[in-house]
Amino acid sequence: MDFRFTDDQLMMAETARKLFAATASSAQLRAMLAKEEARDEARWSTIAETGLTMILLPEMAGGLGLGEVDFALTAEAAGYAWLPEPLVESAGIAAPLLAAINPSHELLSNTARSLAIGPAINPYVADADTAAALLLEHQGATYLRHPGEVKLTRQQSLDPFRRLFKVEWEPSGTPLSRDAALWRDALDRGALFAAAQCTGIAQRAIDIAVEYAKTREQFGKPIGSYQAVKHLLANAQVAVQFAKPVIHAAAASCAQRDLFSRARISHAKIIAAEAADLATRASLQVHGAMGYSWEVDVHFLLKRALALSATWGGPGFHRNRVLTRLREAPAGPEYGFARAGV
Amino acid sequence: MDLNYTKAQQNFRLEARAWLTAHVPAAPLPHFDATREGFEAHRAWERTMHQGGWSVVSWPEEYGGRGLDLIEWLIFEEEYYRVAAPGRVNQNGICLLAPTLMEFGTAEQKARFLPPMASGEEIWAQAWSEPQAGSDLAHIRATVIQDGDQLVLNGHKIWSSRAAFADWGFGLFRTPGSERHKGMSLVFFPLNAPGVTVNPIRKMDGHIGFAELFLENVRVPAFNRLGDDGQGWHICMATAGFERGLLLRSPARYQQAAAKLAAHYHAQGNDADPALGLEVARAWMNAEAYMLTIYAMSSRLLSGGKIGPEASTNKIFWSELDIHLHRTALALLGARAELTSAAAEAARDHDWLDGYIFSLAGPIYAGSNEIQRNIIAERMLGLPR
Repeated sequence: MDFRFTDDQLMMAETARKLFAATASSAQLRAMLAKEEARDEARWSTIAETGLTMILLPEMAGGLGLGEVDFALTAEAAGYAWLPEPLVESAGIAAPLLAAINPSHELLSNTARSLAIGPAINPYVADADTAAALLLEHQGATYLRHPGEVKLTRQQSLDPFRRLFKVEWEPSGTPLSRDAALWRDALDRGALFAAAQCTGIAQRAIDIAVEYAKTREQFGKPIGSYQAVKHLLANAQVAVQFAKPVIHAAAASCAQRDLFSRARISHAKIIAAEAADLATRASLQVHGAMGYSWEVDVHFLLKRALALSATWGGPGFHRNRVLTRLREAPAGPEYGFARAGV
Repeated sequence: MDLNYTKAQQNFRLEARAWLTAHVPAAPLPHFDATREGFEAHRAWERTMHQGGWSVVSWPEEYGGRGLDLIEWLIFEEEYYRVAAPGRVNQNGICLLAPTLMEFGTAEQKARFLPPMASGEEIWAQAWSEPQAGSDLAHIRATVIQDGDQLVLNGHKIWSSRAAFADWGFGLFRTPGSERHKGMSLVFFPLNAPGVTVNPIRKMDGHIGFAELFLENVRVPAFNRLGDDGQGWHICMATAGFERGLLLRSPARYQQAAAKLAAHYHAQGNDADPALGLEVARAWMNAEAYMLTIYAMSSRLLSGGKIGPEASTNKIFWSELDIHLHRTALALLGARAELTSAAAEAARDHDWLDGYIFSLAGPIYAGSNEIQRNIIAERMLGLPR
């Protein structure tokens, strides 16, 4: 029993954080918006060169052959930076799905291109137009389509960096795979890494509110010295503190693919989305009218949190998975980690 | 990251399970705060635990413990709550004072106070708060004066848990004329010493769970001061860290209650209110999140980390989850929720009501949750004081 990240894992996360801080600052992201750019090819190349897209790929596919725990901190960092590029969906969910079907698939060798993923649970596919290919679910089978082979209709998301598409296509021909279990795995990773992004978003929202509250003065004092403001942010920090270990434990048990691991992923998804909701709204409140303006970053975080909380299964879907676990298997102090109670 | 128990940890769990299954009293003991008989029944249980070598598992072997690390301690607690073993009447001694004593005490002090604490022969009460010093603990006025090789204690302490029946108090006193955090000392005194008056205070559950203490020229040996003169505040804050952080409320307590709650809910079958199902799921998730966070923190501490202001997040989280869990249980009981265990028609698990009333104290004791939020904001987030 050792609930710590390895030095390698922490180093990789630090690399991701530094890369995002240097290349995806608020000013840089706002400049993209002004130019109506969906993604920054230079940043995406750097991400790929750093190896962040290779974490979950098997060595046979030229990847690092690591697991969900290794990717979780990168997803957290991507949330913290409200990264526009589809690092999490492509490298965290789509590529591992394709690799599970065919680790030597040619699409996996070109890390400069991203993959988009359309599970049955999500009505729209993110970043479908810029993807090398789309992996689409139909009745548990996996179909691969190139963007030119399907009809894509842009659906405007509240989050200006999320490029959503309605995908119209026919499930004709032989699917890549008929194994429905692959989509259950994809859903697990999708929910898990959405949760990880949510705690990143929550922490960023708290951090910018803290900085603002230290300098903004009212009644002759920084507003951060008032208890009403302190307690708002303390509550948000408590929510983050108690979401992170659930995400990390869910990542560590993800490969179990059973009732217990799925309930833990669902638990992580529910509380991380709540933490992001609480923290972004607290941040908005602390910033006051400034926070409601386009000029302050709070709204980007709030919008990303709102989008992520409903994709890869909303709270209702995940609560049902928790309740199913509680109904079908014993609970109690001896079942925290040990499925057999020992 | 490896979230599997080692073979040794599994074996330890089974050893604890076997002993507890064989020794835990078949019927619940009367509450230790209700009557002297209840208190003594719990003291007897402490003695039984001590004889089996289970009373102070996390202490070093030389003082009667097993030298368990934090993960093993968590496993022991899981087994303890799994069988609903009796509440620990000496918890304030074993979990709060003892770690402080081991860190700051002399060899002679440890030899004198730890063994009878381990056996339940001496049961301890905390005597810190005063009528005018609650959240603002640095405002205490009770005094200590050195007179040769003796200390003379005077003052008025209050909200001292277990003090109605306990044997010893560990109190916070100051040198006359000293201010705020300076000049404080942590001093041990027998609750039956001449000059000590113990006035039990009835709690909202009707039990005499705490007391106020009047100390009038109480004389104890200078040996009873922990640490140096003036080190009291520093020592107390170390204790407060243990209290809020890890040792006061083990996750197993809530996991056990949440599992019981889920079983109640599912036993209602089709009559169960789905809205309550959501709350049941919430209660279980809260307990699991607390458990996972404590395991993560324990792993960090085992590799040399220190517990910092995040102890305050723990205290907020467990106190609030406890209230939510019990409120959900009462909602499940419906109109029978108000029946006490004395009522003939009380539900089989009438202890939900006692648990609820007890949970209401959680956000108040061990440093009110408002104080914890200040600590988080100032020391974790860096907001100005």
